[in-house]
Amino acid sequence: MGLTCSSCGTNLLEDDMLLLQKNCDYTIALAGNPNVGKSTIFNALTGMHQHTGNWPGKTVSNACGTCLHKNKNLLFVDIPGTYSLMSNSQEEEIARDYLCFGKPDTTVIILDATCIEKNLNLVFQTLEITNKVVVCVNLLDEARKKHIRIDLKKLSDFLGVPVVGTIARKKKTLQHLLSTIVKVASLPNTCQPNLVTYHPIIEDSLLMLESTLSKYLPKEYAHLSRWTALKLIDGEPSILHSIKKNFSLSFREEEIQNKLNEAKELLSDNDIDEQNFRDKIVSSIVLKAEDIHNHVVSYERCARFKP
Amino acid sequence: MKKIHLDELPLETTGMVDTLNCNGAIRRRLLDLGIVKGTKISPILKSPSGDPTAFLIRGSMIALRKEDANLIFVKVY
Repeated sequence: MGLTCSSCGTNLLEDDMLLLQKNCDYTIALAGNPNVGKSTIFNALTGMHQHTGNWPGKTVSNACGTCLHKNKNLLFVDIPGTYSLMSNSQEEEIARDYLCFGKPDTTVIILDATCIEKNLNLVFQTLEITNKVVVCVNLLDEARKKHIRIDLKKLSDFLGVPVVGTIARKKKTLQHLLSTIVKVASLPNTCQPNLVTYHPIIEDSLLMLESTLSKYLPKEYAHLSRWTALKLIDGEPSILHSIKKNFSLSFREEEIQNKLNEAKELLSDNDIDEQNFRDKIVSSIVLKAEDIHNHVVSYERCARFKP
Repeated sequence: MKKIHLDELPLETTGMVDTLNCNGAIRRRLLDLGIVKGTKISPILKSPSGDPTAFLIRGSMIALRKEDANLIFVKVY
């Protein structure tokens, strides 16, 4: 088996995909860390036979399939597993490009119930890009075996987006997921995500850039101004390249350049250089994830699982 | 308290991450895995040849090569 032509839709941001999208009411992206059961959920929902396996990194490009729920045609896109959207490898780049520029109506982020803390990193990074997010806590059966208890209601309050618990192999549990997805896709403002607040100086510099950027960003990407500001300061070349390509923006505009320099000056005056800027960003996310984890997850009997 | 490389940390003991002595892609990767300053980290398994080693980090098990673990400084009390 492995990768065959039918198991990987490689041209996801191109014409074939747009045609498929037209015939469906909503497009839904399935994202998550590697090996949390994305492809299993994808198969259960679409009835397809995307190759599944219990090793990470099995899906290396996007695949899509459809599903009918209450007379709505849903197009599901299975994207490669990734720990973060600050892209390192090629499949992470595919995942990030689709979430940012593929404009899915809803993004479902699938979490592994046995290690929520690690998975929340991706959730926060995605919330910065889109607010139409459903968080799906998968592998609840596995968690129960390990005596891990998760308060889904509390998790939903902390994140500000709907949270659904599932066991991918039991199709009954997926119905609730489907109805939540449709609700989020059809009603605007169902989600009021709580974003990570960074170091105050970083927040100031982001604000400086945001207002200028929102003037230049294309209308459909206006909500991405905070995210774009963050990436501009960060300066990672591959992300900037994607942004330029998709926004048809060169960032050479004098106003943007000036603001960017101003923001960078403000940061360096406060001892934040390129190197520890990213450290600070990641630490803020990780610490917030840790905090939420401590509130939401409890262990019965054993303190932490041992292999 | 002393500072040592992560690969020198004995099995079943816990250290606290102090600094990452690397840059670029590998630094980003380690950060993404939740290895930031203050993270508790403990080696729990060694492969038969002694490399790589599995570490318990924030509730999940992650295997790191010796050369990568060498880049991480941990504080031991």
